[in-house]
Amino acid sequence: MTEQNEQNRQSTASAAPILVLVEAVADGRPSSMAAELLGAASLVGVPVAVVTAAPGAGQGVAEQLGALGATQVLVAESEQAGAQLGSVQVAALAAGVGQFSPEAVLVPNTPESRAVAGRLAVRVNGAVCADAVGLRWADEEVIAQHSVFGGDFTSESTVEGGPRIITVRPGSISQRAQPVQAPQIHTATLELSQGAAGAQIREVSEHAPAGDRPALRGAKTVVSGGRGLGSAEGFGLAEQLADVLGAAVGASRAAVDAGYAAPELQVGQTGVSVTPDLYVALGISGAIQHRAGMQTAKTIVAIDKDPDAPIFEIADFGVVGDAFEVVPAVIEQIQARRSG
Amino acid sequence: MKIVVLAKQVPDTWSDRKLDLETGMLDRAVSEPVPDEISERTMEVALQFKDAHADTEVVAVSMGPEDATKTLRKMLSMGADSAVLVTDPVLAGSDVVQTAQVLAAAVERIGADLVLAGDQATDGRGGVVPAMIAELRGIPVLPSVDHVEISASEVSGVVQAESGALSVAAPLPAVACVTEKAAEPRFPNFKNIMAAKKKPLESWSLSDLGIQAGPEQASVRSVMVSAQARPEKQAGPKVTDDGTAAAQLVEFLAAQRLV
Ligand SMILES: Cc1cc2nc3c(=O)[nH]c(=O)nc-3n(C[C@H](O)[C@H](O)[C@H](O)COP(=O)(O)OP(=O)(O)OC[C@H]3O[C@@H](n4cnc5c(N)ncnc54)[C@H](O)[C@@H]3O)c2cc1C
Ligand SMILES: Nc1ncnc2c1ncn2[C@@H]1O[C@H](COP(=O)(O)O)[C@@H](O)[C@H]1O
Repeated sequence: MTEQNEQNRQSTASAAPILVLVEAVADGRPSSMAAELLGAASLVGVPVAVVTAAPGAGQGVAEQLGALGATQVLVAESEQAGAQLGSVQVAALAAGVGQFSPEAVLVPNTPESRAVAGRLAVRVNGAVCADAVGLRWADEEVIAQHSVFGGDFTSESTVEGGPRIITVRPGSISQRAQPVQAPQIHTATLELSQGAAGAQIREVSEHAPAGDRPALRGAKTVVSGGRGLGSAEGFGLAEQLADVLGAAVGASRAAVDAGYAAPELQVGQTGVSVTPDLYVALGISGAIQHRAGMQTAKTIVAIDKDPDAPIFEIADFGVVGDAFEVVPAVIEQIQARRSG
Repeated sequence: MKIVVLAKQVPDTWSDRKLDLETGMLDRAVSEPVPDEISERTMEVALQFKDAHADTEVVAVSMGPEDATKTLRKMLSMGADSAVLVTDPVLAGSDVVQTAQVLAAAVERIGADLVLAGDQATDGRGGVVPAMIAELRGIPVLPSVDHVEISASEVSGVVQAESGALSVAAPLPAVACVTEKAAEPRFPNFKNIMAAKKKPLESWSLSDLGIQAGPEQASVRSVMVSAQARPEKQAGPKVTDDGTAAAQLVEFLAAQRLV
């Protein structure tokens, strides 16, 4: 076990290459996780981006990655890029491991990419540190930091004896890398001869464009609604307060199951984990699985009718009352304060 | 069709789960071990297919300590036909790669057309074991699908990605991982609980599988470096609304510079 003082020791980045898998989204833009993972890589070494593209389409995305901090970009072009889920990514990262001997390979812990981490570990005989929320460099190696059991514990892990593959929890890393003027771009055409085939992608239906609200992951302020808001219409109360606070909207699983809120807004054990400066819970009892996704927030405010609701055990400020009476008054007073 | 459902036993999320600060591993003494909720949902997906296709055989498979038979009994009482627990003292402390190797060997021995798994277990949020099994077996994996469609020749579903909702499909044999949106697990009824007592539940060791695995065998492995508990949090003021609570709350937010 590492001693506590060692754990707090300042970590300084090494000169070692750190591979970062960049998910490409529509029209070849890098996904929102690219900046975060390149930032994470810069905490412990020199970020090298790996991105896949259809033949001839790689150059554009590679250029954008320099601005996010990639010193080098490995572009893997393949006919299969948009046709097979994950396979080109696995092959590209495996090639990158051979070419750069990186200290770590960072992969987004997303539905789309975490399987890539697993397949890669088998392909290159590595091991995985799963769901990291931080990275540090110590004793000549990359250490992954984890938030365990809903933040009740923090732990650290690493890999011994082979390639170190780390999946990174979306929205957990605030560090951003210095922009790189002209990253070195390596383009390779990949043949998928090795390993298991991926699932075939039959169709992509683009999500409706997100509104002006901030994304839930990584948001500074989150207002969440629970079953206590009673209906999809009642859930609008959480949205109204969120808009006044410039906050992202979250929900309990009960609110999602009841259809008041979209599934991607679920906060908790099996939803999104958030660590905002302010978390406001409206009509959420605070079941242990909900708390697992938000109890690490810096300040927690809860409004609930039930004085015995467990959410009050972790609230920095609790109001026992009807959200439909309290919240409109709160909105009114915030607005009065601003105009006054 | 033969479907293997990978079922994991985890510490109850309703309890205060703890890490052993010496080893960084789960402290098994403090939480009740239960079938992971996502494993029950996964079993439900398999059973719905079996309900519609009587010639389906569903085998629940778990790797874990001896008491993981509890999870497999639950799977049998939900409706699985048989169950296999891979358990061996040398497997204690296995990392995800070791776990996947063992499960892949079990899947091979059973000879599954389709392997169903949960997308992420509630004890680690790793979600990489099923993809590793697929790669080891040389078959495709559907990661994190909300709804699963199973036919005699393929499995398909929808993956939520940033680029959009991806409709994906793979020919069998394949591995598919389901999210908690995939199905609501059924409650075992009395008849099934009684029937489950007569269903085969086998226990296999590594020598039964003819492989070597576990932390001592691994040339590459992930290791814990440290573990710490978060300091206890003190709750702040709790006011009962008498018409002034909103004002007090806004005062509080202003004092914290949050509005
Ligand atoms: C394996 C597992 C994973 C889970 N994962 C998650 C997860 O990721 N996220 C999650 O949230 N849950 C999760 N759950 C579910 C969790 O146990 C709870 O069921 C859920 O969080 C309850 O949601 P809720 O607080 O909105 O509903 P309830 O517990 O029903 O609470 C509603 C609250 O609203 C209050 N209320 C009612 N009317 C009003 C009003 N007018 N004004 C103010 N207050 C009012 C009530 O007093 C009550 O406290 C999980 C459960 C399991 C077993
Ligand atoms: N020890 C295990 N025994 C059986 N299934 C497992 C085990 N570990 C992981 N799985 C399967 O893989 C899924 C994801 O688990 P994990 O990779 O641990 O997040 C689980 O829902 C199970 O279906």
